[in-house]
Amino acid sequence: MIEIRGLEKYFGALQVLKGIDLDVEKGEVLSVIGASGSGKSTLLYCINGLEPIQKGSVLVDGSDVHAKDTDINKLRQKLGMVFQQWNSFPHLTALENVALAPKIVKGKSKAEAHDIAEKQLKHVGLADKLSVYPNALSGGQQQRLAIARALAMEPTYMLFDEATSALDPELVGEVLDTMRLLAEEGMTMICVTHEMGFARDVSDRVAYFHQGVMDEIGPPEQIFGDAKSENTRKFLANVR
Amino acid sequence: MNETISFFSGFNINDLWFLGEAAMRTLWISVLSISIGTVLGGFFGWLLYEGRLTAALTIAPVLDIFRSVPLIIQLVLFYNFAPIVGLDLDPFGSGVVILTIYTAALVANVARGGIEAVERPMRRAARSLGLSYWQDMRYVVLPIGGRAVFPAWVGVALGVMKDSALVSVLGYVELLKASQILITRTQEPFLILIIAGAFYFALSFPISRYAAKLEQRWAQ
Ligand SMILES: Nc1ncnc2c1ncn2[C@@H]1O[C@H](COP(=O)(O)OP(=O)(O)O)[C@@H](O)[C@H]1O
Ligand SMILES: [Mg+2]
Repeated sequence: MIEIRGLEKYFGALQVLKGIDLDVEKGEVLSVIGASGSGKSTLLYCINGLEPIQKGSVLVDGSDVHAKDTDINKLRQKLGMVFQQWNSFPHLTALENVALAPKIVKGKSKAEAHDIAEKQLKHVGLADKLSVYPNALSGGQQQRLAIARALAMEPTYMLFDEATSALDPELVGEVLDTMRLLAEEGMTMICVTHEMGFARDVSDRVAYFHQGVMDEIGPPEQIFGDAKSENTRKFLANVR
Repeated sequence: MNETISFFSGFNINDLWFLGEAAMRTLWISVLSISIGTVLGGFFGWLLYEGRLTAALTIAPVLDIFRSVPLIIQLVLFYNFAPIVGLDLDPFGSGVVILTIYTAALVANVARGGIEAVERPMRRAARSLGLSYWQDMRYVVLPIGGRAVFPAWVGVALGVMKDSALVSVLGYVELLKASQILITRTQEPFLILIIAGAFYFALSFPISRYAAKLEQRWAQ
């Protein structure tokens, strides 16, 4: 379980998160929507400790992400993350991209790591691309590679930061399908997304962020059908 | 006129051997300086990248000095003043020290550029997988950044090899000094300089060829 309490985040004088309280249960799929600049990405970075926080706390399965004595590299193994830019390692083949972290972080043997990598690449539909370098893959394929790379660490949670925003429209579907598949398999997911169809169909809950505040959170039927917050309704009216 | 009593004598096969040996000394002093200097320069480059302000105020000016003062002046100064502080180095030792520092000063900038070439999102992606700072450095930044600045590094290495000729001013008999000795004796400067040039070319060419091959392979 991820427990966020009174989270405040500043970049210099700019307050980007203004006291976020949020629990994400195991098995839940949470979509996070909101205008650009509302602090959605920053929230994810604070959850896996890529950004320090100024106030409040983030607990992942009871471990405080931002405590000094937490082994953050170990904790991050529970938190897979997929970014807007896929960030494939250009010097490694698809198989090596996925096998790298199991090998050096988890200390798996080369053979074990390659088995894991092969399994995850099959999982995301890239079984025929094992020995291909990223520059020979499409954006959609590279993003699925990034998903496989995160899954290879056997995370409990997956964080998606606008995983489809940088893709050509015709490639969005294959990545969303992979995310749907993970949701069906019971993965706990926090998905920052602009894909309202995905948010509505796949999520258990949807959170709307507005200027660093979580303005509203509820089941998709509420957010998309009967939003309580004026801001939410305005935002949704504009994106549709 | 009897040839044997002449002080001067023509170029012969032994002289070629003599030049060959000198070329090996050029190679040796270069390999040594470039290797140590690269490791040291990598470290300095990392300091410049991570330390930013502190490094900018401390090592950056020192590296600037070594980069901008002509190598021949550094060599002569170091060779003559090192004994005063108790460092009694022969020409070879002095040459290695100065060439190493000179290489390090040049490589520092290359290395910093290499680290900078690996953008923040890439590094965050690596860290998000659980890689530690040093694992990220070793398995992501080094290979990606290293490839990005490899051509620049090759340029530095080839430059240092040519500049190692300056160690001849200290009396170390590397390729250039050996050529000078032979020119004095044989009075055949053109022939000997052409041969010496060919030796330098023979030393650099395989390196640039191999480097080009590597770059080609990485670019696939
Ligand atoms: N590294 C940073 N330094 C300074 N400001 C930042 C940084 N990252 C994000 N911000 C600012 O924080 C705010 C929230 O950004 P972000 O979390 O990326 O929003 P979103 O993902 O919702 O578009 C924005 O105003 C952005 O400019
Ligand atoms: Mg964002």
